[in-house]
Amino acid sequence: MLGLIGYEVVHGASPAISRFGLGFVLDSSWQPNPPFENFGAGTLLFGTVVSSFFALLLGGPIAVSIGLYLSLLAPQGVRGVISPLVEMLAAIPSVILGFWGILVLAPFVHGHVEPWLHERLGFIPIFGPPQTTGASIFTASLILTIMIVPIIASISRDLFLAVPQDVQDGANALGATRWEVVRGIVLPSTASGVVAAALLGLGRALGEAIAVTQVIGAGSEIKASLFETGDTLAGRIANQFPGAITEMHKASLFYLGAILLVIGLVSNLSAQWIGRRFDYRRMAAAE
Amino acid sequence: MSDLTTTAAPFDPTAPLRPSGNLRRRQILSRLGEWIATGSALLAVAVLVIVVYTVFVRGSAALSLDFLLKGQPEGIGPAIVGTMLMVGVATAIAMPLGVLVGLYLTEFANRRAAAAVRLTLDLMNGLPSIIIGLFVFGLLVAGRSQSAFAASVALAIIMLPLVARGSQEVLLLVPESLRDAAEALGVSRWRTVLTVILPSALSGIVTSTVLAVARAAGETAPLIFACSVFDSTRFDLNVTEAVPNIPVTIYQLSEEANPESFARAWGASLVLISFILLASLGARAVLARGRRRPLR
Repeated sequence: MLGLIGYEVVHGASPAISRFGLGFVLDSSWQPNPPFENFGAGTLLFGTVVSSFFALLLGGPIAVSIGLYLSLLAPQGVRGVISPLVEMLAAIPSVILGFWGILVLAPFVHGHVEPWLHERLGFIPIFGPPQTTGASIFTASLILTIMIVPIIASISRDLFLAVPQDVQDGANALGATRWEVVRGIVLPSTASGVVAAALLGLGRALGEAIAVTQVIGAGSEIKASLFETGDTLAGRIANQFPGAITEMHKASLFYLGAILLVIGLVSNLSAQWIGRRFDYRRMAAAE
Repeated sequence: MSDLTTTAAPFDPTAPLRPSGNLRRRQILSRLGEWIATGSALLAVAVLVIVVYTVFVRGSAALSLDFLLKGQPEGIGPAIVGTMLMVGVATAIAMPLGVLVGLYLTEFANRRAAAAVRLTLDLMNGLPSIIIGLFVFGLLVAGRSQSAFAASVALAIIMLPLVARGSQEVLLLVPESLRDAAEALGVSRWRTVLTVILPSALSGIVTSTVLAVARAAGETAPLIFACSVFDSTRFDLNVTEAVPNIPVTIYQLSEEANPESFARAWGASLVLISFILLASLGARAVLARGRRRPLR
């Protein structure tokens, strides 16, 4: 099944692969109109990587804190309420989140967050001056953050719950504070599992198409500032595929899909691999 | 030796019993960590509340009987029917397949094969849905026309790993003693599966299918390839044609950028989100009850 998916995507991309070769991956031009047509994934790769990593940077610590709260701090009753609510956040369809992003989040970010950040941190090039609308890589990252937080949070909660109670009790008996128990016992013993969870979240962020294409503004240049418009691999496919007329345009979009497939498989496989190593270690510890 | 006794501070009974110095710093750090963790959890819940609240408030303004029953431009009736049709066909494909894969994993496969199948399922689950859209486009749409059936196949591919992993988990919960008892009575393997194992895992299988349905109902990316050019004014139940559906309707209305379209998009979002939240909340409640009270 998986092989068939891979075959079909590469097959669709073959005209573009044979014409542009591997240089496609880094080439940053995108001219769909014949006779000047020329395609490259550089800008999109940049947008994908930047928005996803920023989302992970922002969402990862938040999600792990939520996992800690739900597994170690929250009283039983509160946990029973908040856990399903956090998971519910993952159930919101991306198209609704994206629509909400256009009409609610983007104006707020544009009106308040971006000017504030630019005023205080403007000397760092990534916080450039706000643009005419709130559609930007920054807004897309925030939407992606909302999508990946519940995934990472629920996995890391399960990991933290599996940390043996007697080890924690031992640390407590030695006079460790709660933070020291987390820092010294809980996090080190689950580190690889948390990394695997983060990679799963990253994979989700890299491949998200609809919500991103709604809020990112479909820019076509690489710019340093996060507040500029940009585009991602998945977003470009979703945005242009229905309107693609020439064969080469379609094939190029398929090529983008093939790149995305490779990235997605790599991030998921490495998550599996790291997670499995974690399992072995835990089994060895239990014996 | 004598130095030690002289340098230790004498015990002062009037000193306050509040930690000071290093211990105080450690406690403050710890308290800070607790606040950050609690704050993060509250932040996530707040985002959920804000999103759902916005959809409910703005969506309910557009909601009316006409909106639910009539076609565009008054309402989204055909899209509701179309989504139900597509998700129904997808469930009809994915549920039997998923349960069979789950059964294979728990009852029949050796350890090696099971690990390989599980890895494949997890990779499929992690696959971006837009890739599945491209795949279905290349397989079923290119050279032909868009169809609800193609969309259903895409949704079924998304649902399959969820159903398979979910039913595998509940099948593992079926007590070994039931299997042993059936075997001791001389019941053949497939009859054990049909008459003993499946019935005792049924509620869990249904629950994981409902969760998968909730996920599939909101998927938009594959539908853009498989089922996005449709006549949204009339009802259509033909699976070989593109039928109107809610996610693509929301997507297209949100790209139109005029207030009337936005109002309708909010209404459609409300319908979709209510269905999904109800379905997944209900499924989770059943699942939680089942976990607390294991099988008799």
